Amino acid sequence: MNFGFNIEVATVDTIVTNIQLLGACWLVSNIFRYYLPQKERYWYVVFFSLGLSGLITLDSKGILISALSKETDYLLFLSKSWGVRFGVSFLLIGCMSILSILWYTLEEEQQNQQRKTDAERLAKEAELYKLRQQLQPHFLFNSLNSISALAGSQPEQARTMIQQLSDFLRGTLKKEEQQTIKLDEEMQYLQLYLDIEKVRFGYRLTTVIEKEDACNDMKLPPMLLQPIVENAIKFGLYDTLEPVAIRITARAIGNYLQITVQNPYDHETSLPKQGTGFGLNSIKRRLYLLFARNDLLETKSENNLFTTIVKIPQTK
Amino acid sequence: MKAIIIDDEPLARIIVKEYLQAYPQIDLVSECNDGFEGIKAVQQYQPDVIFLDIQMPKINGFEMLELIEDPPAVIFTTAFDEYAIKAFESHAIDYLLKPFSKERFDKAIQKWLDQNNSVISKTNTQELLETVAQSPAQHQRVVVKIAGKIKIIPVEEINFIEAADDYVKIHTKEGSLLKNKTMAHFEKILDAQHFVRTHRSYILNVQQITRIDPYEKDNHLAILRSGAKVPVSKTGYAKLKTVLGL
Repeated sequence: MNFGFNIEVATVDTIVTNIQLLGACWLVSNIFRYYLPQKERYWYVVFFSLGLSGLITLDSKGILISALSKETDYLLFLSKSWGVRFGVSFLLIGCMSILSILWYTLEEEQQNQQRKTDAERLAKEAELYKLRQQLQPHFLFNSLNSISALAGSQPEQARTMIQQLSDFLRGTLKKEEQQTIKLDEEMQYLQLYLDIEKVRFGYRLTTVIEKEDACNDMKLPPMLLQPIVENAIKFGLYDTLEPVAIRITARAIGNYLQITVQNPYDHETSLPKQGTGFGLNSIKRRLYLLFARNDLLETKSENNLFTTIVKIPQTK
Repeated sequence: MKAIIIDDEPLARIIVKEYLQAYPQIDLVSECNDGFEGIKAVQQYQPDVIFLDIQMPKINGFEMLELIEDPPAVIFTTAFDEYAIKAFESHAIDYLLKPFSKERFDKAIQKWLDQNNSVISKTNTQELLETVAQSPAQHQRVVVKIAGKIKIIPVEEINFIEAADDYVKIHTKEGSLLKNKTMAHFEKILDAQHFVRTHRSYILNVQQITRIDPYEKDNHLAILRSGAKVPVSKTGYAKLKTVLGL
């Protein structure tokens, strides 16, 4: 469509007008990359588009008139078409503004979302770390006291216990959150803890560990078992006077690794709720953070036996 | 001079025993695994000093002291117990934090010997026990001695408490037990949401109430599940109403 003008005139008009429009659109898109108007200021955008359209229409006018000053027919046509040119520019720039605003708002939203999920993930990790770290000072100082006693009479045993305590502490200090470890590994770690406790409490503490072979390669979050056993030992040892046997059983049940820890208690002097003290609450919280489920830990008490059952879902 | 060690960890006893060898004048007459043995040994041997752990099976060191009528001098040994340590400090009582050195142990012994064989006087012990009784861990149960036997009563099993001269009578479903504490003591240590002092001479477990009837002028009677009728004074009734949300 050249409205009856020769091809040169039409080309010059097209190039000048379109370059101007292109420039304006580029400007608009760059402005909104760095400045996003608030909702109540969207009418600024209308003014801005109007202004910019006016500006480029005037600009093209100057350039076209001087470039094609000899084409009188064309100049006449030009002077009649300012309104249309202005209207088209305004529509284009307006559209570009709206698109840019939408695009960059969306992008900003996405970044916010990302930041939020990052922050949540960090908070969750920090909480998980803290929950894993909860070392009982009572355990630590009493173990050191036992070592101090052994150092006098049985230095070899003192050395062994220092070794066990160090390995145990190293395990609790591990920073990186390994998502899961094999039951075998966790059991080795638990054994360190049990060995230390047995030195402390002597004949009063015995443990029975039963493990189905099918469980060996099943996985569980690290440092999950030890606090449950610690809770059982404390509950058992401080609630009865007799020797205490702690029974730990691991079974593969369907898609779950089920671990049961049993300790004796005296139903006459303690109420079951004492058994779900801090130790188990933090386990419950950990399981919730890891699996988003609240039904993985249960406790029951019957016949003077307190049982803690934890189920760990296995992902294939 | 006679001494007794009371600690549930054998190795912890060995250390004290070893450190004591430097004092030929102190005769270690007994070693105990728990508070029950401790009470018996104290009655049997009448020691001049006891080395007492706090966290022990069934009854802790403080509860054990509560049950001894005329407790001897005590040197506490503990690994970690923020509340107890605060209590010791506020009553200027010597205690040994495990693991402790021979020097530190010697200092404690010296202090005891210097203070005319009483590291803590009897009034100090009572004050200490009062302070400790306010720690959250102690609110769960009440320990009493009845006919030479020790009974541990979870607080939930208390129906009501009645003043009886210098004692209080603790009523449970299995009968009533005496303890030489004041009403004010129990009012302070028991959870105010569950136990209300409804009368000068009565503290009630609100969960045991089945009915409250008017009784004479301004007064009421609370009928408990056990069938017991407990007087409620005018101010007691007002307190009861706030706790029950009436």
